[in-house]
Amino acid sequence: MTPVTPDVGSPYVDPVRRDLMHRKARRDVLVASASLVAFVVVAVVFVSTAPGWPTVQELFFSGESFSASIGEVLSAFWLNVRIFLIAEPAILVLALAIALVRGTSAPVMFPLRVIAAIYTDIFRGIPTILLVLLLGFGVPALNSDGITNEPLVWGTVALVLSYSAYVAEVFRAGIESVHPSQRSAARSLGLSASQTSRYVVLPQAIRRVVPPLLNDFISLQKDTALVSVIGPIEALRQAQIDSSFTFNFTPYVCAALLFIALTVPMTRFADWLNARAAKQRNAGGSA
Amino acid sequence: MRRSLLSAVPLVALLLAACGSSATSDPGSSSPAPASSAASSPSADPCAPASLATVTAGKLTIGTDKPAYPPYFVDDTPSNGKGFESAVAYAVAKQLGYTNDAVTWTVVPFNNSYAPGKKSFDFDINQISITPERAKVVTFSDGYYTVNQAVVSLTTSKIAGAKTLAELQAAKLGAQVGTTSLKYIQDDIKPAAQPSVFNDSAAATAALKNGQIDGLVVDLPTAYYITAAELDNGKIVGQFPGVAGPDAEQFGMLFQKDNPLATCVNQALASLQASGDLQKIQDQWLAGVDAPYFAS
Repeated sequence: MTPVTPDVGSPYVDPVRRDLMHRKARRDVLVASASLVAFVVVAVVFVSTAPGWPTVQELFFSGESFSASIGEVLSAFWLNVRIFLIAEPAILVLALAIALVRGTSAPVMFPLRVIAAIYTDIFRGIPTILLVLLLGFGVPALNSDGITNEPLVWGTVALVLSYSAYVAEVFRAGIESVHPSQRSAARSLGLSASQTSRYVVLPQAIRRVVPPLLNDFISLQKDTALVSVIGPIEALRQAQIDSSFTFNFTPYVCAALLFIALTVPMTRFADWLNARAAKQRNAGGSA
Repeated sequence: MRRSLLSAVPLVALLLAACGSSATSDPGSSSPAPASSAASSPSADPCAPASLATVTAGKLTIGTDKPAYPPYFVDDTPSNGKGFESAVAYAVAKQLGYTNDAVTWTVVPFNNSYAPGKKSFDFDINQISITPERAKVVTFSDGYYTVNQAVVSLTTSKIAGAKTLAELQAAKLGAQVGTTSLKYIQDDIKPAAQPSVFNDSAAATAALKNGQIDGLVVDLPTAYYITAAELDNGKIVGQFPGVAGPDAEQFGMLFQKDNPLATCVNQALASLQASGDLQKIQDQWLAGVDAPYFAS
């Protein structure tokens, strides 16, 4: 009776095999650490013995320039955060509407379906910075009464229009990935088409696409910097201003660190959601 | 078998490190000796084209941004010699001994002009103001023009008739990024509302036309160009009195740090100044550039 190789988490492991596994694990850890140490040593030696390193350090990693600019860059970064917090819900709502419209099959909805399809094509095709310029300078130039001239408003509108096109496609992919049997089952239980969408299809669809959605939002966090081309001072622009006065590039490193500080928690959260979604999908899979 | 391959990785890495450090530890192998050749023939002019170590031997490579705006350049073509800075550049080149054919122009966006590393130009002339912080990173020539800041607005703007600093403080002002105009707004005008900052004067002018800013702060020659060519109903509201003496804001040419060419260019500028040619160029291209002064 040969012992069957158990899964991790199974209570019984053959003692001989367990010893072997422990010894291999210890060896693997040792080799990994040694390799890491050697890699770090090589990188540090290679960079610090490069002839231009003192110049690079002075121009990109200057402590004095960092402490001089971090305050202003941080307060300008608050504008990026505000734009992001306002744009995100607007994008979710608009994108879901577009995805739902594209998913209808009623003939009466044909014009709306065409408009939605054209919308996604156009706004995914135009570079976001062009959209910001066109809306930020073009709409106020129309000089109509009742339309605000405020650059921040039009910059945010441009971001919302651009990103809704991408996010609508993500939602549509999620909706179409829900198996048609779910819809058939719901209809056969007596739910109407809209009730099926609302109670059966959409909850599953949205749960599936949360990880790729987070990708788009991390990208949005960085694209808030584009609003600076029509005037408002946000973190990257403030870094550019500081840098041009001192001819030092450290303020850009400041701004980069702030963006990373905002993005990394979201990335780790997205990874965790991904892992949890995969586990839920495969739960009880192995028969 | 696999184990021995794994343990070879750190060894290979250490070998690479040893190679890297030995390649960079050559002492004194990178010292060129143009000084010794000049010393050996004392009659050779160190500033003659033959003995200058330019980017391309025998040619002078000058950098500027694109688009190159009037009145500093004309038709976005620096090589036509028209425009204040183009004329100054060619005058300096002639003083150094370069013919017009030996001068080539290259496009250098402002941000690239002060980036580290070897420059692709001998000097950059692009309305760059000399400041002590910038002089730590690059070398500037002596100033070739003393700059005053001015405010441009539409004739329908609320600050069109402003005469004092206080009236400007209540307005929404704008400036181009990286300019001392922006610094002037932040340090001297100190308006209540945060200024708007734009990538170039085209964007700034668009915002002015839209009424998104009340006034645009630029140097006086650029203000003159914008009101003459870009705006239908623009006016120069006024100019700020500059600081007198050695602290006056001046445009200078930008060189790689410690480039010996700067000394030669300074000599050229000094002789152009002494002969009156520099003033003649200024009178030719910047005529009529004037505006009432603001009272503080």
